[in-house]
Amino acid sequence: MECMTENGGYAAGCRENRRDRATMQSVIPDAIEVDDIAKQFGEVRALDGVSFGVARGTVLGLLGPNGAGKTTAVRILTTTMRPDRGRASVLGLDVDHDAQRVRESIGLAGQYAAVDESLTGSENLWMMGRLTHLSQSASRSRSKELLVRFGLDDAGDRQVKTYSGGMRRRLDLAAALVHRPSVLFLDEPTTGLDPRSRRGLWDVIGELVADGTTLLLTTQYLEEADRLADRIVVIDQGQVIAEGTSAQLKARIGTTIIEAVFADPASAEGARTLLAPLGELTDADDGRALSLQVNTGPRSIMDAVGALERAAIEPLTLAVREPTLDDVFLRLTGQRVE
Amino acid sequence: MVPARARVRRLTLGWTVRDSLTVTKRNLLTLTRNPELVVFATIQPVLFVLMFRYVFGGAIQVPGEDYVNFLMPGIWAQAVVFGAVSTAVGLAEDLQSGLIERFRSLPMAPSAVLVGRTNADLVRDVFVIALMCVVGFLVGFRNQTDALAFLAALLLMLAFGYSMAWVFAVFGLRAPNAETAQAAAFPVMAVLVFASSAFVPTETMPGWLQVFADHQPVTAVVDAVRALVLGGPTASYVVTAVAWIVGIVVVFGTLAVVRYRRVT
Ligand SMILES: Nc1ncnc2c1ncn2[C@@H]1O[C@H](COP(=O)(O)OP(=O)(O)OP(=O)(O)O)[C@@H](O)[C@H]1O
Ligand SMILES: [Mg+2]
Repeated sequence: MECMTENGGYAAGCRENRRDRATMQSVIPDAIEVDDIAKQFGEVRALDGVSFGVARGTVLGLLGPNGAGKTTAVRILTTTMRPDRGRASVLGLDVDHDAQRVRESIGLAGQYAAVDESLTGSENLWMMGRLTHLSQSASRSRSKELLVRFGLDDAGDRQVKTYSGGMRRRLDLAAALVHRPSVLFLDEPTTGLDPRSRRGLWDVIGELVADGTTLLLTTQYLEEADRLADRIVVIDQGQVIAEGTSAQLKARIGTTIIEAVFADPASAEGARTLLAPLGELTDADDGRALSLQVNTGPRSIMDAVGALERAAIEPLTLAVREPTLDDVFLRLTGQRVE
Repeated sequence: MVPARARVRRLTLGWTVRDSLTVTKRNLLTLTRNPELVVFATIQPVLFVLMFRYVFGGAIQVPGEDYVNFLMPGIWAQAVVFGAVSTAVGLAEDLQSGLIERFRSLPMAPSAVLVGRTNADLVRDVFVIALMCVVGFLVGFRNQTDALAFLAALLLMLAFGYSMAWVFAVFGLRAPNAETAQAAAFPVMAVLVFASSAFVPTETMPGWLQVFADHQPVTAVVDAVRALVLGGPTASYVVTAVAWIVGIVVVFGTLAVVRYRRVT
């Protein structure tokens, strides 16, 4: 496996490096350890030798396009599916041999809200409390507490089938928290939410993490990974293709992006021919726009602007920006997310 | 925060029972929120009562007995077997909705999901059987023995319904969705109910069919229930019926639990 070092270069076996750093700080083992797990469905290799670790109290963003294997990884770590090979542990407990004890300390909110439509919100949370072996009274009070916390107290006595998508999502997350798990797995927690509900959920997740919960989060939203995750593992076709902090991943691309829009397709075409030797042209969906990835540093920007100047091609707009995770993703997987 | 230690407990029988009761309660709540499920479970048997009592009944000869008295044990059996299909549908729905995936990530007893489901279906059967008794009395059914034998007959029928719920639980766990579960269960239950002594004496069937009909659980249970409500020797009928019921629960209970542990 390859991954990133602090300065943005490659390092083989960086997991060991990271481990060394962790060991220097303390001897606390990772909350989640995944070692070379694989899972195959017929011909499909959903996971093909994946390894990563999540330090206690940190957030790992598992990022990948559709079918990358994110949900399969979450299923294996939450003991609902067994890997074909490899080992994984949560809080030092093997997910296969010690599944029952792993379940005591984890919370799961799967990709699709898994709540009982016919029950009310409060009955759903009561049921989760009982099934995680809280007492009757603890289940009831915890249910009430979570309904308030997730802004569902008014809807607590309504059947879930009357809830909106956002309310259902919040209830689903609340259901994962009933027994105060110390390790939480959220599989695309904000997919399908409007921006406001998404930010609301981010705040709640932020509070959980501040309380010391270890979180593994899968997402297709780079903004979400950028904002919530301490470290990001990018997977594609069942393999880890990059790992590091958001800043490290962005630095890995090592480029700056110049974006320009022209008055007409002809001048855009002229500019494209002119700029092609200076960097990598991408993203020409609209005939009048171009996007050029150049080496980081003022020299390449000056070269590009100078070339346009000499040819007397003046863009309508011209912008220079740093790469986003989206660019990283495009570069790594050859496809866009969102 | 609740210290994690305090919650780390082994899955004892006590926890298994408690978890099963929680799931039972959940399924019963679901049932009361969707009363149409109970209504649908009774419409079909009621239609069959009317059809066989008033349409075909005149043409069906049963030796030494009023046809309506012969018919009602068959109707009860039909009601509990058809009702058990909802076990398959309910489990398939829980699988599809992801609820079972969530259950599997919880420290609960794995068997509780199935036990809680079949328990709730047993409670529903109590309602259905009670209603079908009322319908029976309205169309002229009369118990020919004493109250105790009648009660034993109904309990036997409920036990049979419970065993059928386990059979269809296996269907529900194997089906990719609720519609398939229902479609797969239908032919099985139709063959069990119609190729049996539920509506006509098996002697009227062609030889090969009679062989099957005489050696399948619906006939065994219906014959035992008839013996209990119509009179005559009961012991060997009841023993055969109970053996079928116990055998079905053991075999299909095991199959269902094994299957539940494996579904992903
Ligand atoms: N139970 C299953 N049976 C067969 N194939 C499966 C099963 N689960 C997953 N797969 C396949 O494995 C691959 C990885 O699936 P997975 O659900 O882990 O992807 P994902 O990263 O979660 O994708 P998405 O973003 O769409 O949720 C896919 O090709 C999927 O079709
Ligand atoms: Mg997924």
